[in-house]
Amino acid sequence: MKALRFASPLLAALAMMSAQVQAADNIKVGVLTTLSGPASAPGIDQRDAINLAMKLLGNKLGGLPAELITVDDQFSPDAAKQAADRLLRRDKIDVLTGVIYSNVLLAVVPSAIANKTIVVSSNAGPAAIAGKECSPYFFSASWQNDATHEAAGKYMTDKGYKRVALIAPNYPAGKDSAAGFKRFFKGELVAEMYPKLGQLDFAAEIAQVRSANVDAIYYFLPGGMGVNFTKQYAAAGMSNKIARVFQAYDADQQMLTIGELIEGVVNTGQWSSDMDNEANKRFVTEFTKAYGRVPSMYASQAWDVVGLLDVAVRNVGGKIEDREAFIAAIHAAKGFKSVRGDFRFGRNQFPIQNQYARVVTKGADGKYQNRMVGPVMKDHGDAYIGECAMK
Amino acid sequence: MSTLILEQTLNGLQFSVTLFLIAAGLTLVFGVMNFVNLAHGSLFMVGAYFAAWFAGMAGSFWLGLLCALPATAAVGVALEVLILRRLYAKDHMVHVLATFALILIFNDLVRIVWGPLPLPLNMPAALSGAINLGPVPYSSFRLVIMLVGSLVGVLLWLLVTRTRMGMWVRAGANNREMAVAMGVNVKQLYTLVFGFGVVLSALAGAMLGPFVAVEAGMGDDVLILAFVVVVIGGIGSVQGAAAGALIVGVVDTLGRTALPALLGSLLSPTVASSLGAALGSMMIYLVMVLVLFWRPSGLFPART
Repeated sequence: MKALRFASPLLAALAMMSAQVQAADNIKVGVLTTLSGPASAPGIDQRDAINLAMKLLGNKLGGLPAELITVDDQFSPDAAKQAADRLLRRDKIDVLTGVIYSNVLLAVVPSAIANKTIVVSSNAGPAAIAGKECSPYFFSASWQNDATHEAAGKYMTDKGYKRVALIAPNYPAGKDSAAGFKRFFKGELVAEMYPKLGQLDFAAEIAQVRSANVDAIYYFLPGGMGVNFTKQYAAAGMSNKIARVFQAYDADQQMLTIGELIEGVVNTGQWSSDMDNEANKRFVTEFTKAYGRVPSMYASQAWDVVGLLDVAVRNVGGKIEDREAFIAAIHAAKGFKSVRGDFRFGRNQFPIQNQYARVVTKGADGKYQNRMVGPVMKDHGDAYIGECAMK
Repeated sequence: MSTLILEQTLNGLQFSVTLFLIAAGLTLVFGVMNFVNLAHGSLFMVGAYFAAWFAGMAGSFWLGLLCALPATAAVGVALEVLILRRLYAKDHMVHVLATFALILIFNDLVRIVWGPLPLPLNMPAALSGAINLGPVPYSSFRLVIMLVGSLVGVLLWLLVTRTRMGMWVRAGANNREMAVAMGVNVKQLYTLVFGFGVVLSALAGAMLGPFVAVEAGMGDDVLILAFVVVVIGGIGSVQGAAAGALIVGVVDTLGRTALPALLGSLLSPTVASSLGAALGSMMIYLVMVLVLFWRPSGLFPART
């Protein structure tokens, strides 16, 4: 017994040394996402998409056996930081993904980078990491936080809307959305309203929109706020009076539960469930078959993370322990078939991709879905790449 | 401009009535039982869920509302008898911890039972449009909410000031030991008051359901507003809740609308909109601070 106790640190040290020289025999992926609480719908969607994609790949990435470790971040930066540290130190994950919210992501990225663990974001894409704090260890396989708002601004400019009102919650992502929108909207922003996060009653804002005499209104109201606003907007008899434009998440699964109130509303995003490419057709068919619901844009992004890792691991022949080569393979994304069609990384490792207009339509089955209208921006990068020092 | 002012005044009043509906139950429970019930917002949510569920099955909003009230009351009374009753003798910190846990449990329970997406709950078709009040088209359902809220206010006032049960409630709120000494069955009274408070919050949830997303966590934002109203009005007082609701509703609406406009005439539009928004969301808390500064136990304290 005593001898064994004496020997075990030695054995552990030997095991560690051999791990450094030997090729990895598996790849560990940490999925840190929001699975409980009111804000968990996107996280649950992403977890489901990742689980399904892995199952269809026979639980292998690029031929290398893969282990998924899924953890709930509880929508809390503190809890996320602790969970991430466990994933990094104890489980020794190779890749971290799944984070939905920017404030959570910003809390876990520094320790992941310090640990030389690759982060492939499946949703959050904060400006700081796209710009000054860009890192070879960080990839965004979704979109920079401003992108869909920029596309909405561009769309409304193209449509010739002259007078527009904007509503976004008074918190960082709300302000970012307004900044992104303004960057590409060339008309006049007549009214800007920033209600507090989680506001219940929007009667005052609706009255302002009515009196401001605008051509159209752009609103970014995540979570329940969007549903609240839309129900009250309809009750005030406004639905057909003033055109509305959203970004994709404001017309996603949660809002489609009140689809009849947003029928015909155009919204902008990099993906739509009816996109005509092989990868997407397979994704939508498999997801609908497995879960009995049409996938959201969140699910599409998570699915793409798995696809991206699959080609990258294959392209390095499973030698993921050579981090530089692995990073280069992810960056090149050679042979990666994204469900959104064309996809490549800019030098800050954020996507350069098309942004599309989609429209809320009633399907043949009576359910509401987004249908593709057409591209609004082609090969669109982000505004922060100039601040990134990476080559 | 004058029509906008008229409309915003109406909005302020309507919001006040909504707040009163939400806060009335809380103030009764808080005042009579000296029990801090953070789960009040959860029962608001359960009420909305029941209303949406029953309305979906029955195909009628009013039927859904009617079934939701006793169903939520049953949940509330079960909660009181099984759990909360044991906590009354403990201090406020225990109340807060236990009922905060209940918030988390309820949020995940409704998600397990009804799924993560919001339940549809539509207002009755006859009331779904807007009617013209002079030059202002105003949502008819909002007018119904105002009507229901005002009726509840009057009934509650009559109940508390004109009936025997109301007398017990006032006695309980004013001096508990003395009420017990005079032979009031406090155990029964507490269950009754708690059940009644739950019915009020369920009514608020069901009435507001068509206007908001019926989803897990919908009660959390409501709870904070309800506490502000109760604290401004004076704990345990129905008149206080009415006054507090009126102040918060009007101040909040004005703060959100007039303040950015006012600042807009002085500052650049971008600065005005962000500063106005920040100040607007702070207004009700500033008012609360002011009220508590002059009257530390609220405008109409029940306990003297």
